[in-house]
Amino acid sequence: MSVGILGTKLGMTQVFDETGKAIPVTVIQAGPCVVTQIKTKQTDGYTAIQVGYGEVREKSLNKPELGHLAKSGASPLRHLHEYRLDDPGSYELGQAIKADAFTAGQTVDVIGTSIGRGFAGYQKRHNFKRGPMAHGSKNHRLPGSTGAGTTPGRVYPGKRMAGRLGGSQVTVRKLTVVRVDSDRNVLLIKGAVPGKPGALVNIVPAKQVGRQG
Amino acid sequence: MNAQEIIRSIEAEQLKSDLPTIHVGDTIKVGVIIQEGGKERTQPYEGVVIAKRNGGINETITVRRVFQGVGVERVFLIHSPRIESIKVLRRGKVRRAKLYYLRDRVGKATRLKQRFDRAL
Repeated sequence: MSVGILGTKLGMTQVFDETGKAIPVTVIQAGPCVVTQIKTKQTDGYTAIQVGYGEVREKSLNKPELGHLAKSGASPLRHLHEYRLDDPGSYELGQAIKADAFTAGQTVDVIGTSIGRGFAGYQKRHNFKRGPMAHGSKNHRLPGSTGAGTTPGRVYPGKRMAGRLGGSQVTVRKLTVVRVDSDRNVLLIKGAVPGKPGALVNIVPAKQVGRQG
Repeated sequence: MNAQEIIRSIEAEQLKSDLPTIHVGDTIKVGVIIQEGGKERTQPYEGVVIAKRNGGINETITVRRVFQGVGVERVFLIHSPRIESIKVLRRGKVRRAKLYYLRDRVGKATRLKQRFDRAL
């Protein structure tokens, strides 16, 4: 129940910490995001704020989209995203959310779309073992058995098989913010995040799971 | 600024500008900062550069020396703050970019001819 930020993955590099250790970081252009709508209990049945990110030309959007953005006075934006809040009162329409909403050392979850790998086989998609490559073996990358015989006479649903891999939403949890550059609106986050450079990522403060305290 | 420019500018803050030009085949002396019982001191390491990997902030050199009859190779991240100093002691004349063949040689055969056309 806290506000995150939308951003663009720019690529990876490394920085040195105070002890001289090299830390691998992902550079993310975070925002500026604009608050485009405030949802309240009375009007929408729940409370949230909607933010927009990614400036585009006016002709890239259709009239309903432009009309929606005009209500908050925002320029044409490609991506809209909602963050549920208990109390959206502290936000107002048109307010900008920038990278300095985060602090160095904070843990965050990064949500994005993983790199699409197309139609992938058993080894790549489900980490199956491969067969022997030599000694007369012709079973190199085959799946093996997919189940019993006449009983049940069918392959059970959920059997892991070849198919589309990647291109799906992935959350990488509990990454550390190494540095916040508020001049350039850039976040440096330790470790890798989903997608290729240029991909849209959603950065939210880390979700606390399990018993607290 | 595009993505590459932003990343370059982040790296530029940490790149060292006072590094000597290091070539493969050079004999160099590296001052490495090590932790010893809560105290820091500089430990020198001397050897022949047998490989270089260029990668901006991730640039590394592999330095080989034979210590007590055992070959030791260390990879140094040369822009790291833990590398206090690098000094070129001798320029070597080599015809390879990677001198991995030195691993198979012992004694006199590991010597490299010195070259004098490059300043130290």
